[in-house]
Amino acid sequence: MPGQPPASALTFEPPTLRIAPPRGWVHLNLKELWEARELLYFFVWRDVKIRYKQTAIGAAWAIVQPFMTMVVFSLFFGSLAKMPSYGLPYPIFYYSALLPWMYFSGALQNATNVVVEQQRVITKIYFPRLVLPLSAVVSGLLDFAIAFVVFVGMMAYYRLAPGPSALLFPCFLLLAVFTALGVGLWLSALNAIYRDVRYALSFLVQFWMFASPVAYPSSLIPERWRWLYGLNPMAGVIEGFRWTLTGKGQPPSNLLAVSVAMVLLLVAGGAAYFQKMEGTIADVV
Amino acid sequence: MTDIVIRAENLSKRYRIGERERYLALRDVLTRALSAPMRIFRPPTTASGNSNHSHIWALKDVTFEVRQGEVVGIIGRNGAGKTTLLKILSRVTNPTGGFAEVRGRMGSLLEVGTGFHPELTGRENVFLNGAILGMSKAEICRKFDEIVAFAEVERFIDTPVKHYSTGMQTRLAFAVAAHLEPEILLIDEVLSVGDLQFQKKCLGKMGDVAKAGRTILFVSHQMNQIRRLCNRVFWVHQSGIRACGPTGQVAAAYEASQLSPQESAGKCFIGWEIAGHGNCVRSNFEGLALRFHIMLKEPVVRGHFGVAIKDESGRTLIGWGFDELEVSAGSQDVNLKIPILPLRPGVYTILCSLFNRGNNLTDGSLVDLWEAQPPLVVDTMPLTHPQEEWAGILNIPADLEVAGVPIAASGGH
Repeated sequence: MPGQPPASALTFEPPTLRIAPPRGWVHLNLKELWEARELLYFFVWRDVKIRYKQTAIGAAWAIVQPFMTMVVFSLFFGSLAKMPSYGLPYPIFYYSALLPWMYFSGALQNATNVVVEQQRVITKIYFPRLVLPLSAVVSGLLDFAIAFVVFVGMMAYYRLAPGPSALLFPCFLLLAVFTALGVGLWLSALNAIYRDVRYALSFLVQFWMFASPVAYPSSLIPERWRWLYGLNPMAGVIEGFRWTLTGKGQPPSNLLAVSVAMVLLLVAGGAAYFQKMEGTIADVV
Repeated sequence: MTDIVIRAENLSKRYRIGERERYLALRDVLTRALSAPMRIFRPPTTASGNSNHSHIWALKDVTFEVRQGEVVGIIGRNGAGKTTLLKILSRVTNPTGGFAEVRGRMGSLLEVGTGFHPELTGRENVFLNGAILGMSKAEICRKFDEIVAFAEVERFIDTPVKHYSTGMQTRLAFAVAAHLEPEILLIDEVLSVGDLQFQKKCLGKMGDVAKAGRTILFVSHQMNQIRRLCNRVFWVHQSGIRACGPTGQVAAAYEASQLSPQESAGKCFIGWEIAGHGNCVRSNFEGLALRFHIMLKEPVVRGHFGVAIKDESGRTLIGWGFDELEVSAGSQDVNLKIPILPLRPGVYTILCSLFNRGNNLTDGSLVDLWEAQPPLVVDTMPLTHPQEEWAGILNIPADLEVAGVPIAASGGH
């Protein structure tokens, strides 16, 4: 075939791959991960295709969940309990928080289960395993985008416009993705080894939602404890979403700084833990 | 030295067995972690008295070298460690000890259809499976039509795979895998998919890959495939390499070891091959030598050796007998030299026998009568009448002339 180097002629010295038992803390092989980017694309593409082929309401499910939750919250926490809402109409207040929250809980569930679900593939062929939780976290973005379109519609309905802070929105979206990735990496590896993690997960997510400023604003927390509250990385993310999308609420403060630090720690730690456990995962999954 | 593409030294793999069904629970780990926090960072270990874990060595101290362009067969009983070896080389699992070095792009086929999803169409699955196997999107696009044509599923390529028959699924999966072009290919018992015609196509494709100079490691239980494709064989037995050497010898030794004690008592024929050609005759008109490997417990005096070739229906087509043989005890080779073998393409059985007349003048005792395995395969161009009923047994060409004008024979050539 013209233009293709003959397979048997090694025109350059190919690198020697050494296969040996792993020692100590393995370093993150980013080069390999970059080379596997097409595979990441295919896994995400596959997840999205399958999710939409299998459900009759497909795309609608991405809207129904946050929307119905918003309705329930607006009714009970808003109209009946009269929680403070930064002066925003209750639906906007809750939906702007449910947007990142739904993405996070979905991405987390997917990331936790992905390694176990793909056990056949993992035990038969090699590719950088980090691609799996990464693909779980990325494929949730499509649902997020659909729910976001509804949010834009809602803002128009209430005749509200975000302020200049909206320009910072992509930063917070990125932060949300990293948070999901950070926690997802830990849970993904843990679930492959200790199978009861996924059962604990649904409880954990429920509890976590109430520990985050979804149903209430973080202004409820006294000023001196707010940095502690920031140890929950989703606190920073959610307040950030509210602030950039609606222009009202808490601008970035020490709460956000603590959240960002937490996220970076989780991602670094999660990636290291996952990579270290990779060998064991293939044997026990 | 630089021609070695795979090198392994003392490669070992240990698995924990026993009570695998009960996965460790995070709650147990958490309670233990409260007392020793660093333990969460180590792979799950067995707590004393928690469960009875013991270890097995799936591979122990395996050392070997493979040169570029070699086609190495890996044989052995189930559970010997063959798949574990491939898994370690494919990096699916980490070795417990020793190391291996691999030079060149490696593709591994431990299973066909890895990643296939029933809801996706054939087209989508080809891309997904190809990407999982390591092909780039551009490569898959370029080979897409070839892949679909090889699998013979052109009409159904846009239907979800759940509507395919099992045969179609395996053919498509294999077609993707067959178009992988790594420098080193590791294959685990996957060449036995599909019907006979498809298997032939797959073997042919593997043969092409081998001829192109790629290195192949090939695990199989089908000795005829091993003989046909491989020039070297590793016999993996009880977690180690028991023998490694040229295909004929090692394959024969392996087959001999598979006979049960009753079966092997009194047997002397261990194996056979056509010198240099496995069990396949490629030319009807060239001389060939059938080499029989025998192992004698006692020497044969004034022995008789008989060979017969039978067709599929059991009819004896030709046979030879030789008397006054003197063969010493131990391992011997008996070579039957035949100047031509003009048989039609097909599968034949060789029956061979050895009698020991000793010093009596009576009939003599039978040492062994053996229906040789594998069968004799004649793989030549058919030269006789195109219709089965008139084609006959022999494969000899003939030329026709009508009024001085030569006429070509129909069919065949």
